[in-house]
Amino acid sequence: MMHKPFYTATQNACKNCTPLGAALAFSGIEKAIPLLHGSQGCSTYMRRYLISHFKEPVDIASSNFSEETAIFGGGANLKLAIENIEKQYAPTMIGIATTCLSETIGDDVPMILESLSKTAGKAALVHVSTPSYTGTHVDGFHQAVKAVVDRFNPVSNKKQYKPKKKQTVNLFPGMLSNEDIRHLKEIFHDLDTRVIILPDYSERLEGPSWVEYQAIQDGGTPISWIEKMNLSAFSLEFGNVLENQVDQKGLTSAGSLLETRFNVPCIRAGLPIGVKATDTLFQHLEYITGKPLPDKYSSQKGRLIDAYVDGNKYVSQRKAVLYGEEDFVVGMAGFLGEVGIIPVLCASGGKSSFFEDALRSVLPENIFDQVRVHENMDFARMEERARFLKPDLVIGNSKGYAMARRLKIPLVRVGFPIHDRVGGTRILHIGYKGALHLFDTIINALLHMQQDSSQFGYSYM
Amino acid sequence: METISVLKEREHQVFQKGKDDFDIACEKTSLAGSVSQRACVFCGSRVVLYPIADALHLIHGPIGCASYTWDIRGALSSGPELHRNSFSTDLSETDIIYGGEKKLESALLELIDKYDPKAAFAYSTCIVGIIGDDVESVCKSVESKTGIPVLPVHSEGFKGTKKDGYTAACEALFNLVDRGRTKRKLPQSINILGEFNIGGETWIIKDYYRRMGVRVVSVMTGDGRINDLKMARRASLNVVQCSGSMTHLAKKMEDAYGIPFIRVSYFGIEDTSDALYRVARFFNNNPDIMKRTEKLVRNQVRSIIPSLSEMKKDLVGKRAAIYVGGAFKAFSLIKALKHLGMEVVLAGSQTGSKEDYKVLREMCNPGTVILDDANPLELAKYIMEKDADLFIGGVKERPIAYKLGIGFCDHNHERKIPLAGFIGMENFAREVHQTVTSPIWQLVPRRASVLTPK
Repeated sequence: MMHKPFYTATQNACKNCTPLGAALAFSGIEKAIPLLHGSQGCSTYMRRYLISHFKEPVDIASSNFSEETAIFGGGANLKLAIENIEKQYAPTMIGIATTCLSETIGDDVPMILESLSKTAGKAALVHVSTPSYTGTHVDGFHQAVKAVVDRFNPVSNKKQYKPKKKQTVNLFPGMLSNEDIRHLKEIFHDLDTRVIILPDYSERLEGPSWVEYQAIQDGGTPISWIEKMNLSAFSLEFGNVLENQVDQKGLTSAGSLLETRFNVPCIRAGLPIGVKATDTLFQHLEYITGKPLPDKYSSQKGRLIDAYVDGNKYVSQRKAVLYGEEDFVVGMAGFLGEVGIIPVLCASGGKSSFFEDALRSVLPENIFDQVRVHENMDFARMEERARFLKPDLVIGNSKGYAMARRLKIPLVRVGFPIHDRVGGTRILHIGYKGALHLFDTIINALLHMQQDSSQFGYSYM
Repeated sequence: METISVLKEREHQVFQKGKDDFDIACEKTSLAGSVSQRACVFCGSRVVLYPIADALHLIHGPIGCASYTWDIRGALSSGPELHRNSFSTDLSETDIIYGGEKKLESALLELIDKYDPKAAFAYSTCIVGIIGDDVESVCKSVESKTGIPVLPVHSEGFKGTKKDGYTAACEALFNLVDRGRTKRKLPQSINILGEFNIGGETWIIKDYYRRMGVRVVSVMTGDGRINDLKMARRASLNVVQCSGSMTHLAKKMEDAYGIPFIRVSYFGIEDTSDALYRVARFFNNNPDIMKRTEKLVRNQVRSIIPSLSEMKKDLVGKRAAIYVGGAFKAFSLIKALKHLGMEVVLAGSQTGSKEDYKVLREMCNPGTVILDDANPLELAKYIMEKDADLFIGGVKERPIAYKLGIGFCDHNHERKIPLAGFIGMENFAREVHQTVTSPIWQLVPRRASVLTPK
């Protein structure tokens, strides 16, 4: 078949639209409800999508456009939606994300909200502009986090920072799993350091069975904490690509906003996946807190490296197709590189234009030379490329299953979304413990494949 | 505990039999801010056309609409699987400014070249209705260049409700059906409408008709093929399930080709038998069909009764809540649950009509709550108040039930288990039995006190 380098159409996308990320980020704030300003379908599809991964109730309201709304503007519907959400959910915050529809008809949401601010109820109204035709869900996520920080840390609230005995750290982790967020909390707890993680959906989107009905599940970053972010000693923001977007494109992230507005220094690092990236995280944490790596984590690191040694030959020089959100792929690639797996194809539906630079920065040169990097890629093209590259395994979210099945190689499920297995929210990617889990899972997937396809079916490794 | 109140504007969409006395309000657009379980016009079209396996389904708009509907239905195909892909024009900012027609045309041409489909559907999403792309003329142009039917589906999300999406899909289907050249009727032949081959259900139903001696000309749209659709006008009878979505097409075919239609359901023993008998009666000029149907039904029922009776012992008196897309499905579920000795305490639908709710009122016991276009809070309120043991619904209802420690049976389009026909009834009963009798509920805090064995 003729190999076309480029298609007009996107075939089996490796991305989602911007409002999805915003809805997820808003769901990580205590007693907040996301509201999409657009058609009913946007909210329902995204609820369904998030539920398929989190397996928890995810309520996302809609301003429910009709034909008249599209002609005369969405102000009245937005107002009604806010009133009804107040009545039903009594939230402390409503996170309003726009959609392609409301953006294109030109609704001036900030103005509508301004006019409502005198009459509206108790909930704080936070707006983020997320036209679905720009960027991906990752951009929607970061922009929503920034919008929340902006809203609750206005310039006028600038207070004189007074160093306290116990310093607080802001942490903007990006789109990590529930288990990752819980692990981060544990690390800060062990360092005896207060942390404000934004967003934190780790409890709300994976809570216990209910005794009574909860209109909005418990958990999430309290707004009272977010308001104090401008007083923190440091911000820590994960993501190499995000870092490049801030440094080189002038993008404002939550971390950079606090830095420019309140002089809260922002330390940026890649996702702490693998030994090296986790070492870097702990170095930053030592700098921030003045506390050395707790013993618990040095033993975790010790066990991890010992496991790397035991498993070295099962992974060395193996080839993987790796895909997902750009920063997630960069984090995973760093880990794969350090154990000798070559991520021969690193793909994302995002198109930040910094994907390649970020990958180069985390991979040894000899491995990076063997990596093909593709931004703005879909699964149809990924599969076409993969056929030439003859990978041993596929690493990414559930979206790559069909490709892996046709390539007849295992799919190791990581990232978001995982909708063909249970426990996607409980996958630990980060820290020494996360790396150990990933390492074991990958080796076992390869062994499983080898054992099942072997003529002899050895019962020892 | 906080009590959950129903929004004022929705008060007439919530009805309790024996307590309230008003006509249930329905067929309205969802209330802003209510968190409806419904999707949009696009969703209605997408679900109806989705199972046509040898057609290209291209979604014209930004990426989300295509991405969220990639491979989400359990609609199986016995051959090509083009329908399980997600194709999008993935409109970007410049397309919004300068229009998306060129991109649509080029996307259609390259995808048709690459995948060689038998027809193509181009779905309009919200944005297309705003920027004003002339999808119709792009489709015509591509059709003349490629020689395959290229059909616009007018499914802009905001232009109505999911039901309007069904209508748009029916229009596109009728366009295809109307292209069939041969008009001569085929004897003892039917089209199956509103059956989507979830988990292979179409195959079960087709096998019954084969054994009855009735020829199935086309299925709309389960395991669907374009060439079969072009033959559809040759059938003698349209047998319509999921009437909410397909009645529009059946009526159009009746007007255009004089094909009468009947509304049936293949869910549960009663409704499946009734459907097959009604088709057999329609072909009463051939008494053998009825004989074979009687034999089929007898044997099938006989084969599942023992296991149903066994499961019924554990299910008698248990309370069920139903919330589904179309009300017609709720009717069948109520009958099937009665068969298992269960009581229905809540019944609701996303898109029921006045007529549907009248029937539902008749069928339900006093005290049953009937909901139109409900939201998670209302569903939670009434499953707790009515102390349901089982919830039947779809993906979005599942976590509501589970969080409250209630068993769940998936009756939506994402399920993998066939629930149609006699074997489907057995599968249904087994699934209900598995979840209701799970020992897990004894550990769940909300129900532990009630269920702890004495």
